[in-house]
Amino acid sequence: MSLREHFEIPKRYRTWSMALMGVGVLSLIIGYILYGSENNGTRFWSALLQNSIYFLLTVNAAMFFFTATTLSMGGFQMSFRRVTEAISASVIPIGIITLIIFICLVAGKKDGIYDWLNKDVVNGDPALKGKSGFLNPTFFMVWSFLTIALWTGLGIKMRQLSRESDVAKMSIEEGRRYIFKNTVWASVYIVWFTLTVASTVPWLWLMSLKAHWFSTMYSWYTFGSTFVSGLALIALFVVYVKNKGYLEYTNLEHLHDIGKFQFAFSIFWTYLWFDQFMLIWYANISEETIYFKNRFEGAYAGLFYLNLIINFLAPFLIYMSRGSKRNWTIVTLMSVVLLFGHWLDFYQMVFGSTMPDHVPMNLFDFGIAAGFIGLIMWQTGRVLAKYPLMAKNHPFFKESIIHHT
Amino acid sequence: MAIKKFAVGCFDDEAVLFSAVKKVRTAGYKIHDVYTPMHIHGLDTAMGLRDTSLHIAGFFYGLSGTIIALGGITWIFTTDWPLNIGGKPHFSLPAWIPITFELTVLLSSIGMVLTFCYLCQMAPFVKKHHFHPRSTDDLFVMVIECTPKTNETEVLSYLQGLGAVETNIQVAETGWWLGSYAKDRKPFEKKETVIA
Repeated sequence: MSLREHFEIPKRYRTWSMALMGVGVLSLIIGYILYGSENNGTRFWSALLQNSIYFLLTVNAAMFFFTATTLSMGGFQMSFRRVTEAISASVIPIGIITLIIFICLVAGKKDGIYDWLNKDVVNGDPALKGKSGFLNPTFFMVWSFLTIALWTGLGIKMRQLSRESDVAKMSIEEGRRYIFKNTVWASVYIVWFTLTVASTVPWLWLMSLKAHWFSTMYSWYTFGSTFVSGLALIALFVVYVKNKGYLEYTNLEHLHDIGKFQFAFSIFWTYLWFDQFMLIWYANISEETIYFKNRFEGAYAGLFYLNLIINFLAPFLIYMSRGSKRNWTIVTLMSVVLLFGHWLDFYQMVFGSTMPDHVPMNLFDFGIAAGFIGLIMWQTGRVLAKYPLMAKNHPFFKESIIHHT
Repeated sequence: MAIKKFAVGCFDDEAVLFSAVKKVRTAGYKIHDVYTPMHIHGLDTAMGLRDTSLHIAGFFYGLSGTIIALGGITWIFTTDWPLNIGGKPHFSLPAWIPITFELTVLLSSIGMVLTFCYLCQMAPFVKKHHFHPRSTDDLFVMVIECTPKTNETEVLSYLQGLGAVETNIQVAETGWWLGSYAKDRKPFEKKETVIA
């Protein structure tokens, strides 16, 4: 069987990605005109912050997926691993955009977003003063820069390592060395991932929107959210590329495993989400319940329950049976639903803190999201087209071909 | 239960077993079962077995756990014996979710284990016929059910032609019985091996 190794970007794909990016830029301009100056631009910057962080963490989750499977000596993902690598390449442009947004926030002293940016507020508040070693503009910028730079750098390294296998067939000894090298770099990434996504970065970027409030579950909950959406993104791209007649070795068995991952991590997300909520609800301490006040019974109550239905009940009931995980249509539909659901989750995380009194959702938010989706499509398609679609000399490649779920 | 006649073929290689299973099925023989020391991916598909319904049973066991927990706690805390716990409302759903979750998991797991034992007819003291003692060690044992029309020597030579390392005819009880092997059967006694 001859393999179609090189992805050619279909014309419609390119048009769509360009159009979506155009919509994004247009909404950015319109949003700036409409909301840029009112109330120190809180509405405008909240939307940018929510979308950039959500999509950055989502594409970064694709990176986590292939490094974690590398570390666990997984073989099943080899037949579509290049797709996850291509998605993770979007960390570069989205990371840059996110950094620019952070610079604007810090330089513009947007205390409607991060109230700890205002020195007078911090000095008059013992709680914030106590946290000021962590929550200060310098640490925020340095740590954010380090985070994104290392994600980018390690991503480039991992993708380069993956392409090394394309040169020639490996002997067993070479294969061992190759796997070892991969393991070392993947573990470096996982350590950094733990120090960032699984702990500090959600504290810095999202939890500090309400600087007085804290939860030890928060980072894992954010990670669960983004990993599910990352898996949904992987599923969508795999299905699309497969539909175009590539990825000959990817079949129902692999789809089934992606579906299982989505199912499992949806439950994982629910577990953390509920733990965070239930303990705070039960203890009923006012400084903790303040976070859920407007989300549970205020303006965001609708979103709160919708979040639970989309991100827990829907995947739980739909993905439970074997048949639905082996159905291309259902997996595609559910991936779209989950991507949207976790986007909503991030929406209430950000806007529930910055604009607690009403839900200001309108076309502007969806326009910005469309821009990021277009950017991901453009970058992923570009990287997919540049390199061979399958790492066919990888020692575990055969394991993926004969994979049986 | 019924006592039936079986043609037994033992294989020592997975790859040989797979093609043998396919050929035996296309030849029209009825495979009683294939006994293997470990799970073999894809063997159920090759044998043409349908998917198990165990997970559907599991869903309903779980559902009953959810209903029992939610219904029970609701009835106790709102009607039967309302208690004031820290000023919380009598009907406080979030606090009941952990117990609901536990009972769902408990009933579905116990129910599924018991159903599994029933489907496989496994229980303490219940014995079933072993076609070959090494099927728990390193042999893959394929058992073909014989009908009155079956030509035994033909089946055995056919099995050997497919790569079976050991073949024989056994007359065995298909169901289970209570008791021990020592009294009723001697599964470890030396059996005649038919050499065609």
